[in-house]
Amino acid sequence: MLGKLDWSAIPFDQPIPLIAGAVVLVGILAVLAWVVVKGHLPYLWHEWITSVDHKRIGVMYILLASVMLLRGGSDAIMMRIQQAVAYQSQGYLPPEHYNQIFSAHGTIMIFFVAMPFVIGLMNLIVPLQLGVRDVAFPTLNSVGFWLTATGALLVNLSLVIGEFARTGWLAFPPLSELSYSPGVGVDYYAWSLQISGVGTLVAGINLVTTVLKLRTKGMNYLRMPMFCWTTLASNLLIVAAFPILTATLAMLLLDRYLGFHFFTNEAGGNVMMFMNLIWAWGHPEVYILVLPAFGIFSEVVSTFSGKALFGYRSMVLATMAICVISFMVWLHHFFTMGAGPDVNAIFGIASMIIAIPTGVKIYNWLFTMYGGRIRFETPMLWSIGFMVTFIIGGLTGVLVAVPPADFILHNSMFLVAHFHNVIIGGVLFGAFAGFEYWFPKAFGFRLDERWGKLAFWFTFLGFYVTFIPLYVAGMLGMTRRMQHYDVAAWRPWMLVAAAGMAVLTIGVICQIVQLVVSIRNREALRDRTGDPWDGRSLEWATSSPPPVFNFAFNPDVRGEDAYWDMKARAQQQSLEHGGPEYQDIEMPRNSPTGFVCAFFATIMGFALIWHIWWMVILGGIGAFATFVVFAWRDHDEYVIPAEEVAAIDRVNLEERRSLVSMAGTV
Amino acid sequence: MSMTATAGRAHADPHHIGLVIEHPGPAPKRIVTAYGFWVFLLSDIVMFSCFFAAYAVLADQTAGGPKGSEIFEQRNVAIETVCLLLSSFTCGMASIAADVRNRFWFYLGMAVTCLLGLIFLVIEFREFADLVARGYGPSRSAFLTSFFSLVGCHGLHVSAGTLWLLTMMAQVFAKGFRADVLRRMMCFALFWHALDIVWVGVFSVVYLLGSGV
Repeated sequence: MLGKLDWSAIPFDQPIPLIAGAVVLVGILAVLAWVVVKGHLPYLWHEWITSVDHKRIGVMYILLASVMLLRGGSDAIMMRIQQAVAYQSQGYLPPEHYNQIFSAHGTIMIFFVAMPFVIGLMNLIVPLQLGVRDVAFPTLNSVGFWLTATGALLVNLSLVIGEFARTGWLAFPPLSELSYSPGVGVDYYAWSLQISGVGTLVAGINLVTTVLKLRTKGMNYLRMPMFCWTTLASNLLIVAAFPILTATLAMLLLDRYLGFHFFTNEAGGNVMMFMNLIWAWGHPEVYILVLPAFGIFSEVVSTFSGKALFGYRSMVLATMAICVISFMVWLHHFFTMGAGPDVNAIFGIASMIIAIPTGVKIYNWLFTMYGGRIRFETPMLWSIGFMVTFIIGGLTGVLVAVPPADFILHNSMFLVAHFHNVIIGGVLFGAFAGFEYWFPKAFGFRLDERWGKLAFWFTFLGFYVTFIPLYVAGMLGMTRRMQHYDVAAWRPWMLVAAAGMAVLTIGVICQIVQLVVSIRNREALRDRTGDPWDGRSLEWATSSPPPVFNFAFNPDVRGEDAYWDMKARAQQQSLEHGGPEYQDIEMPRNSPTGFVCAFFATIMGFALIWHIWWMVILGGIGAFATFVVFAWRDHDEYVIPAEEVAAIDRVNLEERRSLVSMAGTV
Repeated sequence: MSMTATAGRAHADPHHIGLVIEHPGPAPKRIVTAYGFWVFLLSDIVMFSCFFAAYAVLADQTAGGPKGSEIFEQRNVAIETVCLLLSSFTCGMASIAADVRNRFWFYLGMAVTCLLGLIFLVIEFREFADLVARGYGPSRSAFLTSFFSLVGCHGLHVSAGTLWLLTMMAQVFAKGFRADVLRRMMCFALFWHALDIVWVGVFSVVYLLGSGV
């Protein structure tokens, strides 16, 4: 009846996951109870859960990422403490639990923190920057988000029902095959990623189509803000790379469920095929994450330097070069496979070549700052912190791109330090910069500067104190994923890293405090003009938060830095729109399709993990029925009458006129 | 109007000397939908290419089991191929019928497409069942694993396509040739033709190359 599921799945003998799970459960129930008692449920349902508004979906993505950041961060804290204490002892985490923690940490941080964070920011901002009213496929957008949330839910469910994978975040066979991992851990891993992977693919298709097909009048390719370009590159990579992940995990699942022999040791299976396939997705994935971050830094550096981005065209070229080359370097993840010196040399050189367009970007940002009137506000601090940190991470990357060096450093703590250096220093700093920069746009008030700067400095310093020691430990021969060790030389570095983790944690706490303080002081921090930073692109040309239709009129773009241009012209002419005639606007209607679809996907995923076959069929039928019902509806749009549009727009125009008279100098 | 905008632009941007073609604004819904679906199809073909790659890597790993030439039946494959190619033609007919709002020819075209798809699926299923019954299931060897997966993946797509086809017929029956139904029909036609293209790949790589060895 319930497949492999019985009471032994609940880890009554392990206090840590049980208590953590209980706390989370109580937290969720408390929030739910509060929502229901306060009568917020209808609001939540109509305005958020069923929303197909790209801005709301973007905010929900970022919320999901933030919550998951706390979960992934807790795993990180536990690992740092374990390695600090487990010198000539077992520490406090038994091996099977420690293995689950490092696997969950990687899986969560990449798939449910970094991905939703950047996809959320792209969703929130790209249609605004392109001057359009929504993404190409609003309902699918909602489906994509909720499927991502399903994946996150399943991963977290494994904390209390069953177990998570003990195989590392990429579940390499043969360890992840049934003979070595008979439990449900790998199944939790694979099905979560399959479901959220579909969500990511949907988001990718949606954003590619949006950038290529939905741009406002005059928004030629070479007038798009840099963030739109990097969004395009990143989502092209999603479309090209995520199907590889889906196929690879499908093969692994076929091996596990139906006794296939893709990656087994027996019957001619080929383990190295898994390495090639997974990294053919995995390396582009790195750039899927970091390219949007590059876009964010481009926007931030240009805005806070008060200058147009230096070398816009070379930036576009560099972005697209990275997009292409990122598909040609995957083998550098396993130089030790034994492919021979020629193959290794080619992939080593390709890996070094990719540093060139990245270097171009760094110089462009530096030259954008050169001669500018730089305002060191929080988003700018994150950007400068990024430049310093990312260069170090990039240089160690070029070092391990040299095959002979990689043979020594492969699988060591040096590698761990390297990829944290680029992912935290690149993606996470970028996500935080974007968060600080666009928060006023999303919610209509700024974040508190003082706490924001504290958060930056603690995170920045904490990062170095945590990860520089890991480089050293790697150089001293420490391999990654060690549950305990006996080498005295490593011990001090592990202690320093643990201390660094504490500093990092203070940084995270500062960000939470910043959010609370800012919400409390929101009236004082209110952004009335919609343009709090003296911005340059079209998202600043509408109110904060923008109306559901984004723009009362499709903006007419005449050049790069569209809004800066408009401000300059408006100052000369001392008016923004000459007697506009408002028109009715058609917007897509909200739809529960995404949520219902994810509900059935959750049921199906859970049933597949536990081999509850009747429930799998039920979930499948439900998902299909959801689509049919969606396809059957007669009205998928509603009309906002012109008077309403006019009323909303005029309020914002008044505020903006007063701003325009002061700013916008060329 | 556009001339003045162009002139202003050329002045502001030294890289653009002469005429700049102004982007006309967001594309119509029909274009956007079809474009998005094309992008999806490309991603689907990337997924297929992984299974093709796996087949290419594992094709010789027979682990003492049968080789391709020992299990492929060319007569069946020929019938399957004819079915699919014909179904692409009838699907095209149905698309044209939808464009000219002719219900009779639409239903006929779709029904024949469905029938041909089902014949294909039945033949494939019988081929699979026969192999499993002879002990040559996917667990026998890595070669059979990759064979069943690649061909089965295509078969699953055809099954999903058939389900979609029936849904489209029901939609036209219930809603008529509405703009959104026509957009979906266009996507379905793209999907069905793409499966044909993938089958050409399967036919060549698996059956033609495999039969020779």
